[in-house]
Amino acid sequence: MARARKSVEVAKTANSQKDLLKFYRDMLLMRRFEERAGQLYGMGLIGGFCHLYIGQEAIAVGMQSIQIKGDQIITGYRDHGHMLAAGMDPREVMAELTGRSGGSSRGKGGSMHMFSIERGFFGGHGIVGAQVSLGTGLALANQYKANGNVAFVYFGDGAANQGQVYESFNMASLWKLPVVYVVENNQYAMGTSIERSSSETHLHRRGVSFNIPGEEVDGMDVEAVREAGARAAAHARDGHGPYILEMKTYRYRGHSMSDPAKYRTKEEVDEVKKTRDPIDHLREVLDAKGWADEAAYRAIDGEVKAIVADAAEFARTSPEPDPAELFTDVYLEAAQ
Amino acid sequence: MSVDILMPALSPTMEEGTLAKWHVKVGDTVKAGDVIAEIETDKATMEVEAVDEGVIEALLIEAGTEGVKVNSLIARLSGENAASASAPEPVQAARVEPRAVSAPSAVQAPITDPELPEGTTFIKQTVRDALRDAMAEEMRADDRVYLMGEEVAQYQGAYKVSRDLLQEFGPRRVIDTPITEHGFAGLGVGSAMAGLKPIVEFMTWNFAMQAIDQIINSAAKTLYMSGGQIKSSIVFRGPNGAASRVGAQHSQDYSAWYANVPGLKVVAPYDAADAKGLLKAAIRDPNPVVFLEHEMMYGVEFDVPQIDDHIVPIGKAKVRRLGQHVTITAHSRMVGLALKAAELLTQEGIEAEVIDLRTLRPLDHATIVESVRKTNRLVTTEEGWGPMGVGAEIIARVVEHGFDYLDAPPMRVCQEDVPLPYAANLEALALPSVEKIVQAARAVCYVS
Repeated sequence: MARARKSVEVAKTANSQKDLLKFYRDMLLMRRFEERAGQLYGMGLIGGFCHLYIGQEAIAVGMQSIQIKGDQIITGYRDHGHMLAAGMDPREVMAELTGRSGGSSRGKGGSMHMFSIERGFFGGHGIVGAQVSLGTGLALANQYKANGNVAFVYFGDGAANQGQVYESFNMASLWKLPVVYVVENNQYAMGTSIERSSSETHLHRRGVSFNIPGEEVDGMDVEAVREAGARAAAHARDGHGPYILEMKTYRYRGHSMSDPAKYRTKEEVDEVKKTRDPIDHLREVLDAKGWADEAAYRAIDGEVKAIVADAAEFARTSPEPDPAELFTDVYLEAAQ
Repeated sequence: MSVDILMPALSPTMEEGTLAKWHVKVGDTVKAGDVIAEIETDKATMEVEAVDEGVIEALLIEAGTEGVKVNSLIARLSGENAASASAPEPVQAARVEPRAVSAPSAVQAPITDPELPEGTTFIKQTVRDALRDAMAEEMRADDRVYLMGEEVAQYQGAYKVSRDLLQEFGPRRVIDTPITEHGFAGLGVGSAMAGLKPIVEFMTWNFAMQAIDQIINSAAKTLYMSGGQIKSSIVFRGPNGAASRVGAQHSQDYSAWYANVPGLKVVAPYDAADAKGLLKAAIRDPNPVVFLEHEMMYGVEFDVPQIDDHIVPIGKAKVRRLGQHVTITAHSRMVGLALKAAELLTQEGIEAEVIDLRTLRPLDHATIVESVRKTNRLVTTEEGWGPMGVGAEIIARVVEHGFDYLDAPPMRVCQEDVPLPYAANLEALALPSVEKIVQAARAVCYVS
């Protein structure tokens, strides 16, 4: 039997001072965390791929604010922000980035492969678009168990051109699965702009032929994200099937650390930073309402810096995995 | 001038069927396109149309007769211009001998099975029904187990392996998917990560190449990448290997592909008892299991033990026939060919020991090495291609663990190194056969 679950109802105007200050703090934590990850990468402490979330913070924070216990999150490889939003310990995330035993996957996953079942975070997936089928499967499990939960499935404008996304849309709509697809449209699939890769650039319309409603959202405005997220979640939770939210956003850094991002101009990036930055925008809202003064911002800044410094130190000093870890976690023992 | 109407083959692998109903009687005039009879197989019911005009002269098989062999005479038509055979052209006019699979009752269970309790009784059952029963039993025992795939529910399975499951378990647990392998494999893995125990049926493993990313990158690797947090207890199953005359894209053996991947278990049963016991073990296993069936074996009957919970452990090979001169390894359908080859070799004084691998990953090389220590000679068989294959792996392990016991270079019997051809003669030449196994065994025994 379905347990009675209510979606969080929100109106943009109804966010409290406490809510907004929390959003500000959470977004700032992501920003500082990613900046530090970039530094550690430059120092050689982080290897491989490292895709930073800077610029897109309002999406993870706004969407997380409307989730209820048991809801799941699944995303691609630009995933650190979602882990922090889900409440994973910054220490274990940073230590996974450095490949240490204190990492979330004990150093065996890396930047793209972290998970926390207790926080509802199902990864962290490195194959573009694969998380969309997997996430739709999480929704299938919710329906099968009749647990009243919703799966929030994140993917980018690049993944939006993968075939399995549409295979999943079809089944999700056909079977009315409780899933919200959140397209983080940051305008560039690695180096290819959306205009150069997509015949339909309004990605919220991509569900039209599957009868999935969609809407475009200002992904740089945490309150707009929260409001749209609540609407989408209610739709899915109430048994009406999937919903698509296209978050218009922008990533400030390259696709990964090794990407110099020569495919766009410095002016374009600066313009977004100056006029649409999600953290600056929320600060303006807080200022206008008179809900935070310099001392309050300084306090938040100090707290965030301390958390990130502690995480970086932990990630630097946590030992490498024991060589015996090489052969663990390949199989689970079958019960006899 | 009269024309023979022959029992038609309604699918590439059909060997016999039930003549369910005649729509005509002696003396009736028929024209091309008229439905003259209904034929049932374990997979489908089909109508037989006349392809010539004429008068029905004789109905030679009574309606309701079961086990009517393909190409046997069922009726006769008289007509002036009836120049060619009437019933639909049989898919395969001349069956190629080595491909025909008959129930190898004579070679079955030559050794007392230590895995079964004393006094166990058996029933005759097809591999198809054994697989079905395995799923039904596990679904009864555990609500988390569900079946998903193309045509598994309302159609009752493309090969009728899921017959009656929808009726018993309903659409929540027996789910028809669209034709969308990549997508539903991903949904299956996602639901497994959330704690369900899906059985994902691929209509054939050939179509699972669309889904191989989810099988390997998501199902097999995530436990490791998550440091043991994310489990995928999931079975991917369906027919694998060459059916009969279905061409290169529909005739591939994926044994070596999946057995190459850590994180997967790979199972390929031969008879009905193993099909049932291994599938039940696979469903209970907490890891992702690739379960390779064989279309040519679905309709073959074997003895299945009548015990409450028949489980065959994954990872243990079975010695199907004892012998002291040469060890022959096989899995899936090849076991039947190997046993037949062993029978023929007896006439030449060669006693072959036949090992049914049953599981390819983890591979029970201890049983193989132990056998080679006795026989000192090894022939591996597999339906797939040789390079980097199952035989290559077995030989590597025997060289590693039993080099000093080998008296001859081991030999591989496998598919010729070409895409599987369509023409009947070329297909037979390309596939492993009893004759090829016999020849290889002679060669390693230095008998010309």
